[in-house]
Amino acid sequence: MKVPSDLLYSKSHEWVRIEGDTATVGITDYAQSELGDIVLVDLPEAGRVVGLDESFATIESVKSVSDIYAPLAGEITATNETLGTQSELVNADPYGSGWLVKIRLADPSQAGSLLTPDAYTAVLES
Amino acid sequence: MAAEVLNRTPLFDAHRRAGGKLVPFAGYEMPVQYASIIAEASAVRNAVGMFDVSHMARLRFWGERATEFVQWITANDVGKLGDRQGQYSLLTNERGGCVDDIIVYRIAPDEYRMVVNAANHAKDAEWIESQNRFGVAVSDYTDDTAMIAVQGPKAVGVLQDLSDHPDDLASAPAFGVVECQVAGRPVFAARSGYTGEDGFELICSSADAEEVWNALLEAEVVPCGLGARDVLRVEAGLPLYGHELGDDLSPIAAGLGWVIAKNKKFIGSEPIARARAEGTPQKLQGVRIEAKRLPMPGMQVLVDGRVVGEVSSGVYSPLLGCGVAFAFIDAEIERGTACALAVRGKLEPGTIVDKRFYRRG
Repeated sequence: MKVPSDLLYSKSHEWVRIEGDTATVGITDYAQSELGDIVLVDLPEAGRVVGLDESFATIESVKSVSDIYAPLAGEITATNETLGTQSELVNADPYGSGWLVKIRLADPSQAGSLLTPDAYTAVLES
Repeated sequence: MAAEVLNRTPLFDAHRRAGGKLVPFAGYEMPVQYASIIAEASAVRNAVGMFDVSHMARLRFWGERATEFVQWITANDVGKLGDRQGQYSLLTNERGGCVDDIIVYRIAPDEYRMVVNAANHAKDAEWIESQNRFGVAVSDYTDDTAMIAVQGPKAVGVLQDLSDHPDDLASAPAFGVVECQVAGRPVFAARSGYTGEDGFELICSSADAEEVWNALLEAEVVPCGLGARDVLRVEAGLPLYGHELGDDLSPIAAGLGWVIAKNKKFIGSEPIARARAEGTPQKLQGVRIEAKRLPMPGMQVLVDGRVVGEVSSGVYSPLLGCGVAFAFIDAEIERGTACALAVRGKLEPGTIVDKRFYRRG
């Protein structure tokens, strides 16, 4: 399972890339592999404000439906609209073209409670 | 709850080597998928795939009154079978419900085989024993054997190439049995399956299972898991016990009247004949929604805002590119009626259709 070294992670298998006051969020390689073939990604509208650990999206695969939780609180400023027609990008490229949303952070210091790549790898191995 | 000790089929190591994702299923550790459910389902629709179905239970019946016994416990008419022929059938109870859905094979006038669902293995064995007033010997050969379903438009050709009796395989009728060798190992090959495609289900000894499986792998047969199996059987309109069939569900409601003999007396034949004559309050139908969403058991089906039924099985159909489901629907609702499916808080538009979403051309 790929765990890129330049990202932060949540225990519920989301990844976060922080640039200034904005975080790009997706699901990890492990998460997409557990879900199997993804057929629908239901994303929120831009402008929605989400709280920490709030469910903001659902992903439906051929065998299951999963809620995706906000690893950080803030306002959704952009969503990956390509996933509306090409949900399989989340399987093929979870850390790249399969990103889900961008969040303008309410409190950038919350990022301190996310997992480092090493800590997330340890979660996967436990 | 105490941890359950799971059984393993003779192909367990082969699944692990192939990267199968193993999950508990009916007391066995079984592969739910290898790489991709969609790719596996597509292999079966377009070429050939194989499934380890060794968890299904295999029983042998023999004795002078074997025919009489099998006629009493099953709903279809084994009088229609010649030697080495099988049929889809039901084990029924006195209430006109189903103990299980099964395949029965006649080997000789005094010998039959039966393949039953893994989840009902113990229940069926107990039920059959309780009904045996005929002095028929019944043995369970599940653990001595493995079972591999080879399915898809190229299945028969691939098996012919590996067999010592290619012509018999090609000419076997539906549910016909060929006893031959595959990859040099003796197999009982029945022309049946659970995918809507042509193919065979092979029963071989446990010791030979890996050899047969590996020969099929080398012939580019794609290993498929339970996930693809469920997608394929729903697309093909095939019921699953515990979803469309049950101890207190009428097989008439499930659309299985064609499986049930009208010319014989068997356990539950009277309530079943009544259900056939009077109709059942609900009937099993297909529901096809427009969205690429996953219908799940228990979801409600609405027509003009009124609940008319409930989903019993649902999958995302890669073939149709949308969610499809089976649902027990009020009998007066006709096929072609527009409906809505309540999918996690949203009403998804759809249509009530024939539950055979796919028919092989």
